[in-house]
Amino acid sequence: MQIDLLLLSILAPLAVALAIGLGLPKRFSVMLSYVGFAVPAAIALHVWYHFPVGLGGDYAYESVYGLGFQALGIQLKLGLNGISLPLFVLAGLVGLAAGLYAIQSGAERLKIYLMLLLIMQGGLMGVFASIDIFFFYFFHELALIPTFIMVGIWGGRDRNYAAMKMTIYLTAGAMLSLIGLISIYYQSGLESFDMVSLRNQIAENGIAASSQNFIFGLLMVGFGILVSLWPMHTWAPLGYGAAPSSAAMLHAGVLKKFGLYGLVQIALPLLPVGAGHWAMILATLAVVGNVIIVGLITIAQRDLKQVIGYSSVMHMGYAFLGIACMSVLGAGGVVLMMVAHGLSVALLFLLSTSIYHRTSTFDLDDMGGLAKQAPVLSAFFVAGTMASIGLPGFANFWGELAIFVAAWEFSPWLTVGAVAGVVISAIYGLRAAARVFFGPASEQFAKVAAEKPPVDLRWGEKVPALILLIALLFVGFWPKSISTPLNAALEAIYPALQALPVEVVSK
Amino acid sequence: MTPELLQAAAASNQWAAIFPELMLGCLALLLLVLEIVLPKQQHDLIPTVAILGQVGILGAVILRFAGLPVDVTTFNGLLLHSDLGNFMRVFFLLTSTLVSVLGVVALAKQRMPKIEFFAITMVVSAAMMLLAQSNHFVLLFVALETITVGFYILVSYTRTNPLSLEAGLKYLIMGALSSAILLFGIVLLYGVGGARGLAGTSMESMNFSSVRLFLAANPDNLLASIGIVLVLSGVAFKIGALPFQIWIPDVYQGAPTPVTAFLAVGSKAAGFALLLLLAHVFGPYQDLVVKVLTVMAVATILFGNVAALTQHNVKRLIGLSGVSHAGYLLVGVIASFYTPLAFGGVLFYLFAYLLASFAVFGVMTHVSGADDADQELDHYSDLGKTHPFLGAVLAIGLGSLAGIPPLAGFMGKLVIFLAAFQAGLHGLLLVSIIGVTISIYYYFGWIKAAFFSTWKPPLAEGETAPVLPRTVVGVTAGATLAALALASILFGFYQGPLGEWLVMR
Repeated sequence: MQIDLLLLSILAPLAVALAIGLGLPKRFSVMLSYVGFAVPAAIALHVWYHFPVGLGGDYAYESVYGLGFQALGIQLKLGLNGISLPLFVLAGLVGLAAGLYAIQSGAERLKIYLMLLLIMQGGLMGVFASIDIFFFYFFHELALIPTFIMVGIWGGRDRNYAAMKMTIYLTAGAMLSLIGLISIYYQSGLESFDMVSLRNQIAENGIAASSQNFIFGLLMVGFGILVSLWPMHTWAPLGYGAAPSSAAMLHAGVLKKFGLYGLVQIALPLLPVGAGHWAMILATLAVVGNVIIVGLITIAQRDLKQVIGYSSVMHMGYAFLGIACMSVLGAGGVVLMMVAHGLSVALLFLLSTSIYHRTSTFDLDDMGGLAKQAPVLSAFFVAGTMASIGLPGFANFWGELAIFVAAWEFSPWLTVGAVAGVVISAIYGLRAAARVFFGPASEQFAKVAAEKPPVDLRWGEKVPALILLIALLFVGFWPKSISTPLNAALEAIYPALQALPVEVVSK
Repeated sequence: MTPELLQAAAASNQWAAIFPELMLGCLALLLLVLEIVLPKQQHDLIPTVAILGQVGILGAVILRFAGLPVDVTTFNGLLLHSDLGNFMRVFFLLTSTLVSVLGVVALAKQRMPKIEFFAITMVVSAAMMLLAQSNHFVLLFVALETITVGFYILVSYTRTNPLSLEAGLKYLIMGALSSAILLFGIVLLYGVGGARGLAGTSMESMNFSSVRLFLAANPDNLLASIGIVLVLSGVAFKIGALPFQIWIPDVYQGAPTPVTAFLAVGSKAAGFALLLLLAHVFGPYQDLVVKVLTVMAVATILFGNVAALTQHNVKRLIGLSGVSHAGYLLVGVIASFYTPLAFGGVLFYLFAYLLASFAVFGVMTHVSGADDADQELDHYSDLGKTHPFLGAVLAIGLGSLAGIPPLAGFMGKLVIFLAAFQAGLHGLLLVSIIGVTISIYYYFGWIKAAFFSTWKPPLAEGETAPVLPRTVVGVTAGATLAALALASILFGFYQGPLGEWLVMR
């Protein structure tokens, strides 16, 4: 019998979580957790390596199960196409890194912590492997709930407030997007949540323009809250500031991409007219709000975790801009950028916690000169910062480049604004790196260092960081590994966009 | 009553149609007999007999479910057996059994006569089952009064507790008021429906089918309209919809926890079964009914959620959150005028609500002390650490009530939302979403109280930490709670034959 790899990648972490929940002793729990995190990552790499060429927009590894409310046209259907493949791989890799980092972290009540992370991991693999839109949403929620709990129990400063705020914002966002998805379900006239049949149905007889405008608006706001579109972003820096490192890695790195993925995979191909209607508003919010305003706010931050949290909000602006371009190039750039940003932000969150363990503070003013004691840590952090700024050689460069090129045709003015954002991110990124690692040690840090001399990265921290960094460089030097299937898929499912009259697109 | 009449009744064999209700009633009587017959030391057996008996009846009904009469009227048109009625029979039997299980746990903490509790619960449940199948205003009223009178006793059952007595009194006054309103509505409908000179009148003007015919023949009758609004108001009292929700917080707080659960699930579901029946009867006055229910639904959802935000007593909190659930269900009832999906949706929602509510109430019964009215959020602190099992059940129950996937409550909300969207009720949908988002705050606050450690003031010298009264979980109660929690998860993933049956009808 053929083993369904995608199902296995979802079930493996969930099964381990269940075993831990049923009261496995701690030693076995940790050992099984390695398996729970490694299996999805291995499957992700395997699938990536063997991904068939020439699929177009079709799905590989397709399988259907009798799970779900079938009377309502809800059915678990798994598969990967060129768009979901990169994100599936991202989820596997970041999950492995977050899992390894959590295992070595020695957190309080480690068993439950690992259990929640594993549930999250299972949900994440499911989000990107689902063809059925309902299960896509369902797995997202499955991964979201553990985030709240982890922030609430293991979080740092302000954890109760942060958990509450995150819960309310993200629930509101999820609810709005759910209504948007329900609208597609009915307006298509199909009463099915199956992505493939929806696409075929809508290719034949599209949805009326006014409905499209309405649905895309709903999805834009709903997904926008989830992805921290300005001005609905305030939960993000607060939540990431409070979240324990592995939860922040998984959420900021992977789970947050749910909304962008939904826009690229579902909203743009199914609702091209609606997208055209909202494109200018979306792009303006993204560039003026996310890139410029949030970028400037980031410069003013004194707390390392806040800098990373705000910078991740800022980078989402590029992604929204790419979506607003409504072109194959723009959407491709968004997907590349999602992968790159996911890897780099996870790396930075991981390293920031490692820094905290050595300096006992996140306050940038109380650090300095850590590079002397921890050269490897500083090298990793500088590399992560460079990646996040978008230097060539890292994956982020290609994503941003593609988005800027696509955006130039859409609106030169906004593109100029967006490119200015690169300068902003260089300012805060390099300044943060300089404050932490170089220059003379602050009095505060000198005192801490005298009491407990900082050591360099241990192997337990190095391995997850290496996984992320290698992936960043690999995609940076060989973006084709992702972009070939991606482009094929986008070109196949975006004909509706190219066929649009020009004035709709440019308006 | 002459022997001939009895023979005729027996020959028509209509008693067989209500065998579940009869068996439940007989079981209730059996308990009372046992109390007299058995020596005092063996009275502990009686609750076991009650629970096992009800499980037996439940099993019998489920096994014979396909053979239950459908679309048949019995007892001279008093009862109409239907899919809805049969589903609600199972529902109320389940409710009654679960209330009995909780009753065993809760009554152990009180020095009270125990047997009557189970007997009354069963009689009330039998009345609810009849209510869901009523086809005549007389039967409707008799069944409803049986329920209400039973609840008068149950609510003030812990008669040594002043809050329980107060709750009983409030329920009595408000219940009498709502019965009067309902009765007045029925009388108006009876009066106009029997008045010669109008089209479509009949001698049998309290029978649902003749009421419907009459309403269809007279689309704009003022008296009939007033009658309909009054009847709906009477039902709104049962489901706790605005503006008839005013009794809920006090009564829920004062009543013993199992009775609160019975009110929250049984009484509410009875109201909705009735509403679904009446929605069909009042079909010709759809515009009016929809208007009234829409206003009610919007006000109920918003009020329930906002009022629940500030509660610290968990019984008041769950009561007010139950008000908001009534609001979502009302949206489903309104949608049922336009799409058949909503009908099954309401039933599925009720079922998910039953599973989740009893999980939460089960935990509440274990956490509460001797004073049943005093159940604060603070009492839940560190429940997740000291009682992981109760904590997990609580989290699943509350998560399901909040409508978080992958739990059954989410599927319930999804089906209602789908139906509302299909029916074109966009405004109501928006209000529901706002309500759901607000509700996350207090449900999550409760979970937070149980799991996230909070700062506690340091103890003064000589002071000892207060010991929280938490009951050890027994085998029956533990198995029941585990089953409820697992079912809440299972029905989130897989709705199976139940889902098919509800949606495809």
